[in-house]
Order: sequence, then C-alpha cells, then structure tokens
Amino acid sequence: MLAHKRPIRWHIAVFLAPALLVYTIVMILPLFGTLQLSLFRGTSGGQVFVGLENFRTLLGDPRWSSSFWNALWNNVWFFIIHMLVQNPIGILLAALLSNPRLRLRGFYRTAIFVPTILSFVIVGFVWKLLLSPIWGVAPGLLDLVGLKSLFAPWLGKEEYALTTLGLISVWQFVGIPMMLIYAALLSIPDEILEAAECDGITGMAQFWKIKLPLILPSIGIISVLTFVGNFNAFDLIYSSQGALAGPNFSTDILGTFLYRTFFGFQLQIGDPNMGATIASMMFFIILAGVCLYLFAIQTRLRRYQF
Amino acid sequence: MKQNRVMMFLAASSMLVGTAGIAAAQDVTLTIESWRNDDLAIWQEQLIPAFEAQNPGIKVVFSPSAPTEYNAALNAKLDAGSAGDLITCRPFDASLELFNKGQLANLTELPGMENFSNVAKAAWQTDDGSATFCVPMASVIHGFIYNKDAFDELGLQVPQTEDEFFALLDKIKEDGNYIPMAMGTKDLWEAATMGYQNIGPNYWKGEEGRLALIKGEQKLTDPQWVDPFRTLARWKDYLGDGFEAQTYPDSQNLFTLGRAAIYPAGSWEISVFNTQAEFEMGAFPPPVKNAGDTCYISDHTDIGIGLNAKSPNAEAAKKFLTWVASDEFAKIYANALPGFFSLSSKPVEMEDPLAREFVSWREKCQPTIRSTYQILSRGTPNLENETWTASANVINGTETPEAAAERLQEGLASWYKPQQGN
Repeated sequence: MLAHKRPIRWHIAVFLAPALLVYTIVMILPLFGTLQLSLFRGTSGGQVFVGLENFRTLLGDPRWSSSFWNALWNNVWFFIIHMLVQNPIGILLAALLSNPRLRLRGFYRTAIFVPTILSFVIVGFVWKLLLSPIWGVAPGLLDLVGLKSLFAPWLGKEEYALTTLGLISVWQFVGIPMMLIYAALLSIPDEILEAAECDGITGMAQFWKIKLPLILPSIGIISVLTFVGNFNAFDLIYSSQGALAGPNFSTDILGTFLYRTFFGFQLQIGDPNMGATIASMMFFIILAGVCLYLFAIQTRLRRYQF
Repeated sequence: MKQNRVMMFLAASSMLVGTAGIAAAQDVTLTIESWRNDDLAIWQEQLIPAFEAQNPGIKVVFSPSAPTEYNAALNAKLDAGSAGDLITCRPFDASLELFNKGQLANLTELPGMENFSNVAKAAWQTDDGSATFCVPMASVIHGFIYNKDAFDELGLQVPQTEDEFFALLDKIKEDGNYIPMAMGTKDLWEAATMGYQNIGPNYWKGEEGRLALIKGEQKLTDPQWVDPFRTLARWKDYLGDGFEAQTYPDSQNLFTLGRAAIYPAGSWEISVFNTQAEFEMGAFPPPVKNAGDTCYISDHTDIGIGLNAKSPNAEAAKKFLTWVASDEFAKIYANALPGFFSLSSKPVEMEDPLAREFVSWREKCQPTIRSTYQILSRGTPNLENETWTASANVINGTETPEAAAERLQEGLASWYKPQQGN
C-alpha cells in the first residue's frame, strides 16, 4: 500500500493571510513597538536603551508613582462601579425583558440600547449640560420633588466627580450586558424550564436556581469585557473633564494619564517613552486580569450541554 | 468645511505642481499654517488682499487647523516635509523646539524686526537672545471686563485697590441681582489664567519677580507668590452657584447674558463679547494693594509667525514676514481683531473703545508675561499645568494657598537647577 501523502492545504494559509496580515500590522506590531519604546529614553543624541529604568521611574519616583497609583486606584473604582451597578442592572433588565408577559419589549430593548451607539463626545457633552448648575435640568428636576438641597455641582467636586462619571458610563453601556444576558436567557430551552416547573420551582426561585447558573458563563464574559473596557477607558473622561482630569486629578484614569504623558498637554511637551511605559503597564494589568479570569475562573465554570 | 479644506489643499497642491512644471515667472503661492481658525475671514478678506495688492506675483493661502490639534498636526507635517511656508508660532518652548530642530528659519536679520522691543521678541528667541525665529504678531492683556449698565444701576465705581475691589464685590452680592464674578473652576485653566496670572503680577512686581524666579532668587513659597493664591481663595464667595462645575463657555455666557457683573478676562474676549453682549462694557486692570502703587499687567506675547526652514519660496515668504512686521499689518490686524494687540513699538490707532481701554494700561502699568511660560515649564512636572490644578484647588477651597505654593515649589525644584539647593 502506498501511503498517501496528505496534500498541503494551502487554502488555509490563503484564507488566514488577510486577517492575520491586517491584525499584525495594526495590532501586534504597534504593541511590540510600544513595549520596545518603553525600554528606551530620548536624549539629545537619539534614543538610548535604558532597560527597565522607565518602569523604575514610574513606580519609584514619588511624583510619577503617586500619579500612577492615583490613576490606577481611580480605574479600579471605575471598574467597581461598573461591576456593582452596570452588570446587576443589565441582568435585571434582561430578566425583565425575557418575561413573555411584558408588553412593548422591543421598544424597551431598543431604547435602553441606544445610548451604547452614541459617541462619547455626545454623551460627555449632554451629561455635562444636564448636570450643569447653571443651565442644567438636574437642579430644576430635583427642585420639583423638593430635593434641591441634594444637588451639588457633581462634576466639579473631587469627592463625587469620578463616581458621577462612572454612573454616566453605566447609563451609556448598560445595554451591552443586557443584550448578552438576554440572548443567553432566550437560549435556555423551554424543556428545562418546564421540568423545573414540574418540580415546583417557579418565579424567583426559578431564576436563582435554574436560569442564573445557566447564564454564568455569559456573566463571566461580560465581566471580562467590562474589565478590559474600563481599563482602556479614556474618551468619556477626556471629553467631559479634559486631559488634566480635574478637579485635582480626581478623575484621572490610566487612559488620561497615558494621553497626557505621551502626547503632552498645553505647555507640557509629550514624552513618548514614559507614555509607552504607562501603556505597557496598562497592557500588563489587563493581561494579568484576563489571565486570572481565564485560568482561575473560566476553567471552573460548569458548562451545560443541551 | 472639511470638504472646503480638502478642496483648498487640492487647489494648492495642483498649483505647486503647476509652478514646478512651468518657468519661474509664475505666481508663487505661500501657505500659512495656523491654529486661529476663527480668523479665517479676516485673513481672506482683509490681510491677504492688502498684501497681494502690493506684491503681484505672490499668492497667500491661510490654512488653519483646530487649536487643540495644531501643535501635533504641525509637528507631523514638518517632520513629513509637507508643512506650509509660513508657520504661526506658539510662544516659547513649542516654537523654540522647532527652531532647535532646524525646522524654523533664523529671522534675526529680517528687515522689520527692528520694529519690536526685546520683551516682544523674547517669546521667540533662543534663551541667550542671540537668534529670533518668529515675527511677533500679537499679545493679549489680562484684566477685568465689567457690565457698565450693572455698575450704573448699583452706583458702583471702578475699583483702584484690592480693598475697594472686595467692597465692590460685597455690594454686588448684597444687592443679589447679579452674580458678582463670572468664573468657574471646572476647566482649570480659567482659574490659573484669568485668576492667578491676572492678578499675580501686582504681587510679584511683574518682570522683576518673574526673572528672579527664573534665576532662582525667589521661590514660589515667598509671600509675593503665595499672596495671589490667598486673594484667589477669597474669590470663592463671589462666584456663581456651583462654580466648581462651571465651564469656560458657561462663564462667557453668564457674563454676556447680563447675569454676572464682572468677568476676569483676557483681552481676546473683546471681539466675542462685542457681538454677544447687549449692554455697554468697560474694563479695569487688576487692582493694586495700596492706592498709588505701581500697577503691573500681564501683556502676554501670544502669537507670532515664522518661516519654514524648508520652504521652497523663502524669498517671497520673507517679503511677507517683513510686511507682517510693518505698521500697515499691525493696523489692519489690531482693528480686525480687537483684543489682540500689536507688539510693534510704534503705537497703533484702534477704534474699539474696550480694546483702547485695555491697551491704555500699557502707559501707566508695567507689562510682564505669564510667569510660568518661559523656561519654567520645560520639565516634568510642568509648572504651568500644575498651576492650573493648584489655582482651581485654592478657589474650590480644597487646598490652602500655602500648601498649593509648597507643592508647586517642590515640583519646580525637582527638575529646575536654579531652584535647587538654596
């Protein structure tokens, strides 16, 4: 018998090539370029290799490190708000929407999802106006219900600004977890639910005991998406608070810190090397977070085959 | 708009190709890079026709980009060799860097440069003053613009001293019809530029203090540098409700709608306010401590114009720059843009009363430029940007004047040699 040599399957390479090429050029090369840039320092004589010196400056120099830790903590807080507010509300909305007795479901679904497709610039600007102490509707609306005393210029107060922005971002993006969970809920086969009903599990108990375990993998994915999105966030802060992320850097997150450092701001001339160092740190933080999820959490999630 | 710009670009580039192909007798086209897109009409309708009428054979195209993108876009274009022939210059380090990289030509010998004083040229010179690389075009002056109708209604007089100033603010506040002062801290720079740099020169004695700081003879923690913060901290009570979230356009609107009586200003507001405000306006310089003290004003060199060192049309461009240095340009520019004052040593006749009021302070007060702009904002942390945050903090009441000054001094001393070790 002549062993048939399997022909080389060229078509796989050919079909992969365009995507791989584009991805390499626009994602992988710049990523390595950034990592490389962070190991150099610009001097009058050109770029000099300094090893990990830039990282030492970022984490060791009191000024750099205080800005960095401030930005990182703000970022963590930003993420916490999303996890505590956006995702539970998203799940709740999805649970409500998947209730067959709810009327106008299509309308609610669309209305809640619409902000997601708006530009950050519009969202930042609109909310700045809504919350404006001078022209905004917020003070007036609070006055109508007799709660005027609760109004504060939230975006201008150190203690509230970041939380306010976090909630604005939640308002904008709550549609995404809602849609993903909604899809996951719809894909639960009716037989399982009927079986649950036969066993006497209905209403809230059915949600907690049957549906929630089945949508856990989706919740995991949403958490990762939220994590990556939050630690890459920049636009909303930049468009509503400016590159200096006022007041007093209380809304400064890694994205704005990176922008200011890399491109410079006003009289500050940009420092691409330190900027790249911050960008690399962001990359490592996100990488660590995603790895933690992939290896520690996702492998333990039980998947159900229907 | 965008399409227009593309069209203009296409037109300009096809013209360039045209001139390259045909003989030299063709028209030369000069392109001006600028961030002043607000001024497009003035350039196209007044300045360029005036120049072209006198210089047949030279065409000029004004091609501005958005202010916040200008520096980055210009650097990219210069590096790629696609920048225009004439470059509008930001003051100090941004332009100095371009000169050091060989991207701006040396204009020290340009005919017409003798029309400018050394202070006027300082923003576009090397640190030792040996080379000048941009023709100074205009400066802006800080002060306070007030609503004359409101002042008449309440029977108020323009304040001369700081005590009078605060007494005046108290009166307006007591009356309750107007917000005493329209300023917010949300955008940070308002607090620093219209606040600290506006009233500060009276404390640090203008150039004297500014240069002493650069030499390292004074510190930001000295009383003359902390006092302006102390005064700013008192402003808090006279700003509108929720000033912490009030943005720069909010402040402008509050004033032009007649809801606020006083606006801490830069003279660049004049042309905007003239078209928007329906009441009469006046202006007064920052009040001095005691009656009879010398007054100091911030007369900040803000805009200049230089020559792209790689321009193929250098001769024509130099002709244009000499014209920019002339009286004729100064007169058209200052009148078309009240609030941007000519830096020429020869006085320029202006028609706008508010602009005339501002410029009249040059005669009785000592001019200086913003303290943080020359040399002191070269390092990290950047003194100018830190001053924004510090001024806003002080007005918000979240940082004491002393603590703010201490922080600024510490930041400056961390990289600036003359401020170390004394």
